[in-house]
Amino acid sequence: MIGLGLRLLSATAAAALAFALPATAQDKVKIGYAISKTGPNAGGASITQIPNYEMWVKDVMAKGGLKVGDKRLPIEVIEYDDRSNSEEAVRAVERLITQDKVDLLFPPWGTGLNLAVGPVFNKHGYPQLAFSAVTDRAPELAKRWPNSFWLLGTSKQYVDALTGLLKKMRDEGKISANIAMISISDGFGIDLSQAARKGFTDAGFKLAYDKSYPIGTQDLSPLIGEAQRSGADTFVAFSYPPDTMALTEQAKVASYAPKVMFLGVGVGFPMYPQRFGANVEGIMSLGGWSKDNAATQGYAKKHEEMFKRGPDRWGSQIGYASLQMLEQAIERAGKLDRAAIIKELQSGTFDTVLGKVKLVDNMMQDNFWLIGQWQDGFFVGLAPQRAGVGTPVVPKPAWKN
Amino acid sequence: MLFEVTLSGVTLGGMYALVAMGLTLQYGVARIMNLSYGELLIAAAFAAFWFYSGLAVSPLIGLIVVPPLAFALSYAIYRILLQPLVRRAKTRDALEVDSILATFGLLFVIQGVMLALFGGAYFSYSFLSVPLKIAGATVAANRLLALLLAVVIGLGLYFGLTRTRIGTAVRAVAVDPVAAQLVAIDVRTASALAFALGGALVAAAGVLVSMFLTFNANLGVVFTLKALVVVIMGGVGNLLGALIAGLILGLVENYVAVFVDPGLTLAATYAIFLIVLLVRPQGILGRSSR
Repeated sequence: MIGLGLRLLSATAAAALAFALPATAQDKVKIGYAISKTGPNAGGASITQIPNYEMWVKDVMAKGGLKVGDKRLPIEVIEYDDRSNSEEAVRAVERLITQDKVDLLFPPWGTGLNLAVGPVFNKHGYPQLAFSAVTDRAPELAKRWPNSFWLLGTSKQYVDALTGLLKKMRDEGKISANIAMISISDGFGIDLSQAARKGFTDAGFKLAYDKSYPIGTQDLSPLIGEAQRSGADTFVAFSYPPDTMALTEQAKVASYAPKVMFLGVGVGFPMYPQRFGANVEGIMSLGGWSKDNAATQGYAKKHEEMFKRGPDRWGSQIGYASLQMLEQAIERAGKLDRAAIIKELQSGTFDTVLGKVKLVDNMMQDNFWLIGQWQDGFFVGLAPQRAGVGTPVVPKPAWKN
Repeated sequence: MLFEVTLSGVTLGGMYALVAMGLTLQYGVARIMNLSYGELLIAAAFAAFWFYSGLAVSPLIGLIVVPPLAFALSYAIYRILLQPLVRRAKTRDALEVDSILATFGLLFVIQGVMLALFGGAYFSYSFLSVPLKIAGATVAANRLLALLLAVVIGLGLYFGLTRTRIGTAVRAVAVDPVAAQLVAIDVRTASALAFALGGALVAAAGVLVSMFLTFNANLGVVFTLKALVVVIMGGVGNLLGALIAGLILGLVENYVAVFVDPGLTLAATYAIFLIVLLVRPQGILGRSSR
């Protein structure tokens, strides 16, 4: 799959091979990563993250290799499955560093695993460009681990952006002050619903329904029914992909069409419009896409050609941008000196698919969309206010059969 | 509202029952604690997905095509992989342990094949997701179909097992495989048939479930666990028991979700499970063995 890349799934095989390969002077760049190929995280990892890694390696190899100093070096990839387990992820990252002696590491998928491997990345001084982690502790973590970069923002950022949009709609008389909210009782749902509970009430909204549901719930129609009976104009769900699908389907079956329908992870997945067609119109979620950005359009097209499916409309483009930043930081550092690369990442300005990116305190600024909405088959960014921002469609159109 | 919640609880329960009935045959009759059970369900779901989006064929056709294939595959698995274990096992307990180990390996084989073919991403499609009104309450047609099929299969197999000669033989094997031989029952064939039938059932469940649930190659274990709870609650090897236990779980989950708190549905499920284990360790309709 990856030209010269080595793809190893079994730990023992990798260890054996690492022995067999003689350590030569820098004639290639070894990049390693542990990612969830199996287990509950695999669904997210294989949509948002793994394609980016494969695509970037292919792109760099097509240019003749990774530019280090005045040479272009081929990339060798070592990949492990962390089985969605944090101990396994930590072990795999340690093995990549100490046994495989990789030059660079890519981060694992998700908030939990990025937090778990953070200390290892930090201890060995590897840059950690986490682009699939949302945590309110990001600013604090960036201080504690200056090698870590938190590119997907904090829960508060998302909630503030959503609250801002809802407030405007309410002030214009488009929606009532009642919100029905449900959330998955797992990291993402707990974090965001906590932030939202505070954000919504501070902004004068009332939570007419506010419940969480356990991971793996296979019938969400009771929650849809309750949200419907609560009479709220706005329905907010901090859900995981399978639930996002089920909520959309069950809302449609129950003809529950709130004026604002905000759902969690999965709305930006390519399978979402594929499955629901015109019915995605008006549905809001995290992330967003710029209509006028040729670079992201090109990225999406390439993604589709390579993997036969489009990217996730939330994290994918940020992920690819983070790899471009890493590539440029290495080029500017002129050598595989990790401290220099980290320093460049902290202070440099980078040319990415998102446009020009300069990190402040190891975090992105207004470089990406926090909230988006499906409009005419395109997931338009609605917040923050930046070039190309769309106007929200309220109320959400009725379901079509 | 009560009716609506009951209706959705019954459809959810029907799905649970449908998912569990194959396992109750495999575990109850063939004595194979099949840990790769959920993987076969997901494989069938992938097959249905492929039928629908690859060949543009209705998953209902998949419902006709996939279970016989699963029957053949399960029969082959039993004959080739599991029969040597049956032959050398001295006791039922020994067979149970051996079968757990063997099917645990099989789990990874099936999962690995699916990962290689489809990757780890989520899959889903829309089919029959149209609202049906029943006495003022709304239910999705695809979920209702799963419920109806669970009832039809449950009752059909129940009568098949109690009213036919082969069925009686299969039940005899479930009760006592050694004594069954004394009355000239071919225990090996009966077990292989039961195991294969279980495979066909889980495949049917997989096709139906794929119409409304989002799945990926890693989701099998979720269904194995749920099926195991239902099977043990209903009484190992008892199809009607599985149907009743499934319905109880579905109803309890949805009642708790609406009238108590959706966060407590899992706790309620396992509380019920625990109560059944304490009061009737053999399961709701199970007969105490030995």
